[in-house]
Amino acid sequence: MPAAVQFHDVSKHFGALQALDGVDLSIEQGEFFALLGPNGAGKSTMINILSGLLRPSQGSVEVMGFDVIKQYREARRSLGVVPQELVFDPFFSLREMLRFQAGYFGKRKDNDVWIDEVIEGLGLSDKAGTNMRKLSGGMKRRALIAQALVHKPPVIVLDEPTAGVDVELRHMLWEFIRRLNADGHTIILTTHYLEEAEELCSRVALLKQGKIIKLDTTANLLRTMHGKLLQLKFSGELPAALIPMLKEKNPEGYLLKLDEVSALEHVLVNLRQADIALEDLRLIEPDLEDVFVEMVGKSS
Amino acid sequence: MITPSMVGAWTLFKKELLRFWKVSFQTVAAPVITALLYLLIFSHVLGSHVEIYPGVDYTVFLIPGLIMMSLLQNAFANSSSSLIQSKVMGNIIFILITPISYLEFFLAFLAASIIRGVCVGFCIYLVSTLFIDLPLEHPWIILAFAFLGSAMLGAFGIIAGLWAEKFDQMAAFQNFVIMPLSFLSGVFYSIHSLPPFWQKVSHLNPFFYMIDGFRFGFFGVGDISPWLSLSIVVFSLLVLSIITILMLRAGYKLRG
Repeated sequence: MPAAVQFHDVSKHFGALQALDGVDLSIEQGEFFALLGPNGAGKSTMINILSGLLRPSQGSVEVMGFDVIKQYREARRSLGVVPQELVFDPFFSLREMLRFQAGYFGKRKDNDVWIDEVIEGLGLSDKAGTNMRKLSGGMKRRALIAQALVHKPPVIVLDEPTAGVDVELRHMLWEFIRRLNADGHTIILTTHYLEEAEELCSRVALLKQGKIIKLDTTANLLRTMHGKLLQLKFSGELPAALIPMLKEKNPEGYLLKLDEVSALEHVLVNLRQADIALEDLRLIEPDLEDVFVEMVGKSS
Repeated sequence: MITPSMVGAWTLFKKELLRFWKVSFQTVAAPVITALLYLLIFSHVLGSHVEIYPGVDYTVFLIPGLIMMSLLQNAFANSSSSLIQSKVMGNIIFILITPISYLEFFLAFLAASIIRGVCVGFCIYLVSTLFIDLPLEHPWIILAFAFLGSAMLGAFGIIAGLWAEKFDQMAAFQNFVIMPLSFLSGVFYSIHSLPPFWQKVSHLNPFFYMIDGFRFGFFGVGDISPWLSLSIVVFSLLVLSIITILMLRAGYKLRG
């Protein structure tokens, strides 16, 4: 069984700028995969190479075993892309646009049943005949997802799918994407909401300056952030003995990093010795954002 | 047997047709009215003073030129405006990520341009014949020049649409290239009425051959042989098509 997506030593440069630098990556069929990284890390370049909008300067990329350059027709039929920008064709209604999009991929009239299913699944049934210009931002976002699905691609790339949408719609889209993954689609997600990647994705690649600096399961990445965080609230200064553990001083008080839970005793003893009366104490599990900040920080 | 690739190209062609048809008041009715206004004004001002071909009234002489000029301008506008709008709006991505090949892309855009050009030309012809009796000496020559001319300008429109990055660049292309070439091609006059130098300059204008050949189809008379015009138009179409196909194959200003 071929990998859903395979990058072999892929580099891309724009003049002097090295956007991707020898990327090797294999995403298996059925995975829910996240590409994370700061702006300019190379996420969009990877997606654009995958979808044929950019050509790699070096290396090769395959989608479901099809080379994106030499077998571009098969590769593109296997791929659905949800672009980051809210782009649309102002001449057509939602249903017209979806029918055209399916037609570009060689789908004929008998595909209309699937188009109606997608429209319904995304809660757009009452807007199917509405011109794209008249749809709200959230509806346009859903229409973009529908466009990526009209030809039933096994691999779906979502480039910041929930950027600028409200919480309710974000959760609705999460549910929809989860269902697609449960139905067997491979999902590749780029997002700035690390909470989103943590919630949805089983594996994560962290990119920085065109290189993958970490590639692991979400669970393993979270485990690498051993220890917990301790949020303390009290009036007065932090005792000197605790300063090495200080991660940050924030409006709520002090955030300490505990390598082990047993270190909590050490904190409490020092607070007691300094005669500090605690107003609040909270233990926090590290999240993907902490991993992200640490990894990106470490590699710089 | 219909392959998925054929369905893709056919869909793109249908989309391009529907795109101009949805705004047909602007893309078909408006050029027809403009051409009729030209006809009204020029025939009123010059009709009784000028006889370019013996026995052919100036108003009658004018109609084929106006039909061809509108046909060429609209064929150009179809492909160029569709491309520049899609590029500026960003929705060109919906075509670029599909399995449609550069050749299918070219054929779909070209065919839609031909349909729009011929549609506008035919409407002007129909409306004109309500008022004026227009001869049709060689209908096949008329059709040949109509299809080849609109194909040539359709290809030219794709080149302009690929090259332009902003609407004002496209407007410059239209105003400084297409408009002068079409107005200085003998739409309103015979080049024999020009001084020798400007006659020579007119021979460098490919629009001249399209209009003269097209007019020959109506009257059986032209400034030069229709076969020479046809050869030059076919050659120009081939050159423009090759340039367009090479630009599309290279992904010029479309793919990085």
